[in-house]
Amino acid sequence: MPSIKQEIRKFILDNFLFGDKNGFADNDSFLEKGIIDSTGMLELVTFVQQRHGITIEDEELIPDNLDSIERLSTFIQRKLAIAA
Amino acid sequence: MCGIAGILNLREERADKSLVAEMIQTVRHRGPDASGIYCDRNVALGHARLSIIDLACGQQPMQNADHSLCITFNGEIFNYLELRQELIQKGYRFATHSDTEVILHLYEEHGEDCVRFMNGQWAFAIWDANRRQLFLSRDRLGIRPLFYTRTHDAFLFGSEIKSLLACPDVRREIDLDALDEIFTFWFALPPRTIFDGISALPPGHSMRVKDGDIHVWQYWELMFPDGATCDEQIGDREDEWSEQLLALLTDATRIRLRSDVPVGAYLSGGLDSSVVTALAKQVSNTHLKTFSVAFDDGEFDESSYQREVTRFLGTEHQEIRCTYDDLGRIFPEVIKHTETPILRTAPAPLFMLSKLVHSNGYKVVLTGEGSDEMLGGYDIFKEAKIRRFLAAQPDSQIRPLLLKKLYPYLQNLQAQSGVYLKEFFRVSGDDISSPFFSHLPRWGLTSRLKLFFSDAVRSELDTRNRYDDLESRLPAQFSTWDRFCQAQYLEAMYLLPNYILSSQGDRVAMAHSVEVRLPFLDYRVAEFAARIPSRLKMKVLNEKYILKKCASALIPPSVTRRPKQPYRAPDGKVFFAGESFDYVEELLSSSSIQRGGIFNPLAVQKLSEKFKNGRAIGIKDNMALVGILSTQLVLHHFVNNSVRTPLYAFN
Repeated sequence: MPSIKQEIRKFILDNFLFGDKNGFADNDSFLEKGIIDSTGMLELVTFVQQRHGITIEDEELIPDNLDSIERLSTFIQRKLAIAA
Repeated sequence: MCGIAGILNLREERADKSLVAEMIQTVRHRGPDASGIYCDRNVALGHARLSIIDLACGQQPMQNADHSLCITFNGEIFNYLELRQELIQKGYRFATHSDTEVILHLYEEHGEDCVRFMNGQWAFAIWDANRRQLFLSRDRLGIRPLFYTRTHDAFLFGSEIKSLLACPDVRREIDLDALDEIFTFWFALPPRTIFDGISALPPGHSMRVKDGDIHVWQYWELMFPDGATCDEQIGDREDEWSEQLLALLTDATRIRLRSDVPVGAYLSGGLDSSVVTALAKQVSNTHLKTFSVAFDDGEFDESSYQREVTRFLGTEHQEIRCTYDDLGRIFPEVIKHTETPILRTAPAPLFMLSKLVHSNGYKVVLTGEGSDEMLGGYDIFKEAKIRRFLAAQPDSQIRPLLLKKLYPYLQNLQAQSGVYLKEFFRVSGDDISSPFFSHLPRWGLTSRLKLFFSDAVRSELDTRNRYDDLESRLPAQFSTWDRFCQAQYLEAMYLLPNYILSSQGDRVAMAHSVEVRLPFLDYRVAEFAARIPSRLKMKVLNEKYILKKCASALIPPSVTRRPKQPYRAPDGKVFFAGESFDYVEELLSSSSIQRGGIFNPLAVQKLSEKFKNGRAIGIKDNMALVGILSTQLVLHHFVNNSVRTPLYAFN
């Protein structure tokens, strides 16, 4: 079963980078790399909510939670742990 | 309005008259009423005529009395009656009542400086037999197109690129640097075009071809006052600015009603076209017919405002209602006319609109185009103001919310948190000092589309920074203008001629033999508007404030009060939300993409899947789709059928 990080990476690759893997690391900032724009944010949040059955509150929509594969994975795991 | 083409054989051999006939045949949609060819040894000029002024005697190409000059002319000289009078007083005799003959005598009087006296929209070529030279010119703001190229033995020109491609010696190859520019700025920087070796004469430029040499020079430039001193010099006399602007706009509209056929008007329901329509009614005091685009998709539709304006002004109105399927069906034909990749479908509804105008028996329409550039209407100006405001207090939590006010029609942006809004519009120190500050977000977003380029294209692309290229062309005074004027300059001198007036203007209007006339782009209006203090163009965040002030009595109050809605059309939905089109499937298929060589087949496949699954909702994905599809269509239509879909499948 793919890890949360692998799933996020695949989603980003398929939907924002369209297969372009050039220099994209788990700690890279989506904002700094220009990977995510305002629409991408909505797509990413929708994907995470649907895939993991969690609700992301407005105040949680901050780069500390969402702005890299690493951060997002940590955030999802935290949310899942609370839900459990 | 017409189509022109011609050849100058540089070896002094006889020019190929039959080739000019073929070149003109490719642009007969620009001039279906008559055609003619002039041939004199090594020169041949062709003309396809749309008869508008002096219907009986205005045939072209036209020669002067002693046959030393011959002109082929596309356009209108709106001050031709005044110029004619002045020339008669100087002793010139006229055989016709056309504006074409005025240019000939004006050239006799002033030589290549003749264009400085002309107020209008033009692209023309004059063969000067005494000097053995060809003189060509294009209007100040680039309303009419003019392209040229050189083969081993000839110089060729034409209103459209397809005229040049009629010559078998002209190569049909994509200029990858132009492609890169389009996927940065939305247009290629002139003289570059998407076709390698084919050039566009830039707006406000003239050229001379003599003894095998091509000399191009600029005769006009839009200049703004020095930002540091302009307020002291010109003050803030709001009422005076407003009155003078109205007087100029009224006169610009008046001379644009000069025609021997009826003149109609485009009406979008917004401020600019409503002002032009109101002025046309006021000046002519006659029956006026108006035309507009409506959309089934409420997100883009402005028909309720259009109806309100037509009721208020009492015009006879007709609208064309566009569905996704309509737009998808005509898109290949639209690209045949734009002759360049485009990133939005916005030209397609205007293609349908000109068809409506044509089917109503009209050849000429007034439009409100140019107002947003000259008088400060675009969101990009407002956005730049807000970004500067944010940069001044980067930690403010409240200021980013202004961005939601800026784009009420962008749902994806409305859904963002303040923190992320701030991040998306973050301003770095380098950005603040960039001459392109206002345009960096747009160009940065557009440049992201290059990830769809194939590896081969990426490795072949010039590594030069596109911004540096543009910066080197800016006038020396640019740095002395205030930031608002700098942004205006970039829109008015680059996006306007190279995209708005071409792909959304001349090309889709002339596809159905319709001439557009643009009072806001009368050079007197443009030069005056450039001098208006920026704070009167956009008062805080109230766009086109001075225009609203001067026109408030002419149009319904709801039109001046309504939030600005930029003209937009549905993009990806056109191709994926309704009817499925064989050509879309074919052109986006891996084999077509591979054969075209420009894009990465896997990336395009993933993009297509995203659209098919209904998950592509953002501007970037939509621009990518339209950009890829239109590039593939350019290849299909013009570059040796590099995709194999037969043409019938497109109709």
